[in-house]
Amino acid sequence: MTPIHEPLSEDAASRLVQVASLSKSPFVIRGGGTRSLHGTPDGADVLSARGLNGIVAYNPAEMTMTARAGTPLEVVEAALAEKRQMLAFEPNDLRGVLGSSGIPTIGGVFATNASGPRRLTAGAARDSLLGVRFVNGKGEIVKAGGRVMKNVTGLDLVKLLAGSHGSLALLTEVTFRLLPVPETSATIVVSDLNDAEAAAAMATAMSLPVEVSGAAHLPESVRGRFIGGALPPGAATVLRLEGLSASVTVRSEKLVSAMGRFGAVSRLEAEGTKRLWREIRDAAPYADGTPRPLWRVSVAPIAGQQLVAALRLETGVDAFYDWQGGLVWLRMESDPEAALLRRYVKAVGGGHATLLRARPEVLAATQAFQPQTEAILALQSRVKASFDPSGLFKSPMLGWEG
Amino acid sequence: MDQIGFLEPRTSVLSRRREIVADLVDLLPEGCLVHEPRELVPFETDAFVSYRRLPLAVALPETTQQVAAVLKYCHRYGVPVVPRGAGTSLSGGAIPQEDAVVVGLSKMSRILDVDFANRTATVQAGVTNLAISEAVSADGYFYAPDPSSQLACTIGGNIGMNSGGAHCLKYGVTTNNLLGVKLVLVDGTILDLGGKALDAGGLDLLGVICGGEGQLGIVTEATVRLIARPEGARPVLFGFDSSEEAGACVADVIAAGIIPVAIEFMDKPAIEICEAFAHAGYPMDVEALLIVEVEGSEAEMEAMLASIIAIAGRHGVKVVKESQSATEAALIWKGRKSAFGATGRIADYICMDGTVPLGQLPAVLRGTAEIVEKYGLRVANVFHAGDGNMHPLILFNANDPEDAAKAEAAGNEILKLCVDVGGCLTGEHGVGIEKRDLMRHQYSDADLAQQMAVRAAFDAQWLLNPSKVFPLEGRPA
Ligand SMILES: Cc1cc2nc3c(=O)[nH]c(=O)nc-3n(C[C@H](O)[C@H](O)[C@@H](O)COP(=O)(O)OP(=O)(O)OC[C@H]3O[C@@H](n4cnc5c(N)ncnc54)[C@H](O)[C@@H]3O)c2cc1C
Ligand SMILES: Cc1cc2nc3c(=O)[nH]c(=O)nc-3n(C[C@H](O)[C@H](O)[C@H](O)COP(=O)(O)OP(=O)(O)OC[C@H]3O[C@@H](n4cnc5c(N)ncnc54)[C@H](O)[C@@H]3O)c2cc1C
Repeated sequence: MTPIHEPLSEDAASRLVQVASLSKSPFVIRGGGTRSLHGTPDGADVLSARGLNGIVAYNPAEMTMTARAGTPLEVVEAALAEKRQMLAFEPNDLRGVLGSSGIPTIGGVFATNASGPRRLTAGAARDSLLGVRFVNGKGEIVKAGGRVMKNVTGLDLVKLLAGSHGSLALLTEVTFRLLPVPETSATIVVSDLNDAEAAAAMATAMSLPVEVSGAAHLPESVRGRFIGGALPPGAATVLRLEGLSASVTVRSEKLVSAMGRFGAVSRLEAEGTKRLWREIRDAAPYADGTPRPLWRVSVAPIAGQQLVAALRLETGVDAFYDWQGGLVWLRMESDPEAALLRRYVKAVGGGHATLLRARPEVLAATQAFQPQTEAILALQSRVKASFDPSGLFKSPMLGWEG
Repeated sequence: MDQIGFLEPRTSVLSRRREIVADLVDLLPEGCLVHEPRELVPFETDAFVSYRRLPLAVALPETTQQVAAVLKYCHRYGVPVVPRGAGTSLSGGAIPQEDAVVVGLSKMSRILDVDFANRTATVQAGVTNLAISEAVSADGYFYAPDPSSQLACTIGGNIGMNSGGAHCLKYGVTTNNLLGVKLVLVDGTILDLGGKALDAGGLDLLGVICGGEGQLGIVTEATVRLIARPEGARPVLFGFDSSEEAGACVADVIAAGIIPVAIEFMDKPAIEICEAFAHAGYPMDVEALLIVEVEGSEAEMEAMLASIIAIAGRHGVKVVKESQSATEAALIWKGRKSAFGATGRIADYICMDGTVPLGQLPAVLRGTAEIVEKYGLRVANVFHAGDGNMHPLILFNANDPEDAAKAEAAGNEILKLCVDVGGCLTGEHGVGIEKRDLMRHQYSDADLAQQMAVRAAFDAQWLLNPSKVFPLEGRPA
């Protein structure tokens, strides 16, 4: 068994890392450990943030919260729900698709920049993160950012740490902005479009002044696996509206009339909307209990369906689209086809693909994170060294090496 | 007034001035290198005009390749480089130094690609902020961050400072609207970071480039997010009997979960200055004014306004005035956006930029008034209240060194107050030289050391904009 260290305070974490940096004993940083993937390289201990637990400050009037990094996401969300506030970026819960257990932590959410459907208009986790405290690879306690919405004082290290997948530092505390829970929501469903028609319909919807806050396309192969099969037959192109009820009514009428020329239009009310978008967020159709390779691919919105169409000619894939088509959840029939996929991602204008799931031996043999150009790799490793000069923190994102 | 220091010019560079100029002339097309002292004068400062330094030369490249060639050369010979957009920085971010080559992006001002299906625009770094919105407005889109200087300032400078503006309350600042850049590193390496996809893989280098104040590389192209223009937008004026009431009203609006597009604040001196300039119809019998902009359909604007009016009522609002026409709305914004320029016509001023938690607005407004009064100076407050980003304009006489020193001291005290109540030194104007020596008030040695280590990962020799952001003493050797 890999030894697990679980410091109970930032100071304890700092001392632990200081000692480890002397002996150069490497760590893999873990939050809730909902990651069942990527494993742990030989010789590395686990450095867990779970002991750094608890909400430090919640100021609903200023719409900000500060929490220790190991605080369970559900604790954060429960506290917010009491005041009818929420995380704008809808963090994913991928335990279903990953077949993993454990309790996702707020630190893990920011460390993976985990962002759901509202990312399209409200920004990613990184856009909500206002400030952090962390322990770098020298064991120093550092703070960056703060608790106000606008802050350009010095370099924005907050952004670097968001999505750093444990490669730079142990996050000990995060401060993030909140949004009020919308009074109501509704989903406009356009039925039976093919992927290309759906891309055009979604682009039109996003061009209208109706503030669509989620745009996804669920092809017929997955449609029945959402909200217990309650969406109308045929592929479903779904557009979410949120806000004051009066406003949602008005906007929904406008959207319905604009979408009519694309296909049959129906409307899903608030309850169904909530469930549908949670399932889209969590890639629910692929919580299928299989280890079939699952990719999360980010490309330009219009390019999503071009990518899938190209792949289909060469291999067996199943896919659905979020972010107006720019986020593709892609399940391969057998092989992950990393090389093929990455070639086509490049061909449709670039982006990135992350392998979230596969059989352990396949995962071990595949580069799960998007390969970078030589020049960017060189810069990344200099940035990594500026946080962690002795390469203490091992992360699959930087290929496990120092 | 000359208290803020610059790095000592490198004699090794100054002594080679003629060779450097000759080499750069060879590297660039004709007319792209400025080096006659007289012609260098327009580049000696930015909008933080109290400080000025003549640069060694000014390169005005026309392509990314030329930017790379200049950087490669300067890197090889240890010549400092100061990137420059339009030079509208209020913190001295674009002020050069005697041993530096300024790299100005003004000739790179083409819009390269507008892609409505993906809602992106790709532009060269020297394109002005407003030019982007103008290029897409006929098709019903706009680029959201709108610094008041948007007619002049460039997207490259906006990225350098992570600039904001009045409408950022709802849509976020530059970093939230930036998808990708072409960046030239100090050694001339050209990188493409991000693109039309919403997320890029790997470390979020784009996130730290934005707000990098020209220290991490030179941006030559940017891909930004476009947003569909709302059906309608309407600024509404709310007049109050005191600044504190107006500040408290702002905090309550946000606390109620209402997020208009903009909430701008003006106190009495600012109202007078802006009204005299723009004739916008601001009420003159109030102590403080909020410009609240709501947007959407008629019904949506009405609904949101009703909630805001109810809250303002609890704070004793004296005047509520809706703009009655597009012309009136335009005048209201013209008055607000020309606030700095209009102030400049009646006095010299320095503009502070601290951000504070909203609940602290009334206390900090009070504190600001006390500090300025203590120094015997005057202040006008005109700022982005919805996100707590304060802009006290401290009025003084630049021809009187004592007055100038007082203004600077008062400004420093105000910024410290902002930090002490849980805010920060600068919300959108950047540290530049202006706030450089206050950085220790906000950050510990370890915090600063970490930032400087990241800076060094991009520029090991500290050649890019080296006199800025980090206190001169205590830098890594
Ligand atoms: C692009 C992308 C990639 C994702 N990759 C994964 C993945 O690899 N595994 C997974 O289970 N889920 C992943 N998710 C899903 C989601 O982010 C997680 O389920 C999440 O919420 C993890 O929380 P956790 O506390 O369980 O973190 P963990 O599963 O324990 O850790 C997830 C990652 O974050 C890092 N991390 C966690 N806590 C900290 C901290 N305090 N300081 C610094 N780094 C920290 C870890 O080193 C690890 O790289 C990913 C999501 C996205 C959008
Ligand atoms: C009247 C007035 C009103 C203003 N209102 C606002 C406001 O509402 N909101 C706001 O945020 N700011 C405001 N500002 C400040 C200023 O306009 C912004 O900081 C602006 O973004 C600077 O753009 P610029 O092109 O003038 O850049 P410059 O002043 O030339 O440079 C700014 C910084 O960016 C760096 N830089 C410039 N170009 C590049 C590049 N291509 N690559 C890398 N680094 C680069 C420079 O080195 C410097 O550090 C205002 C200024 C004035 C004078």
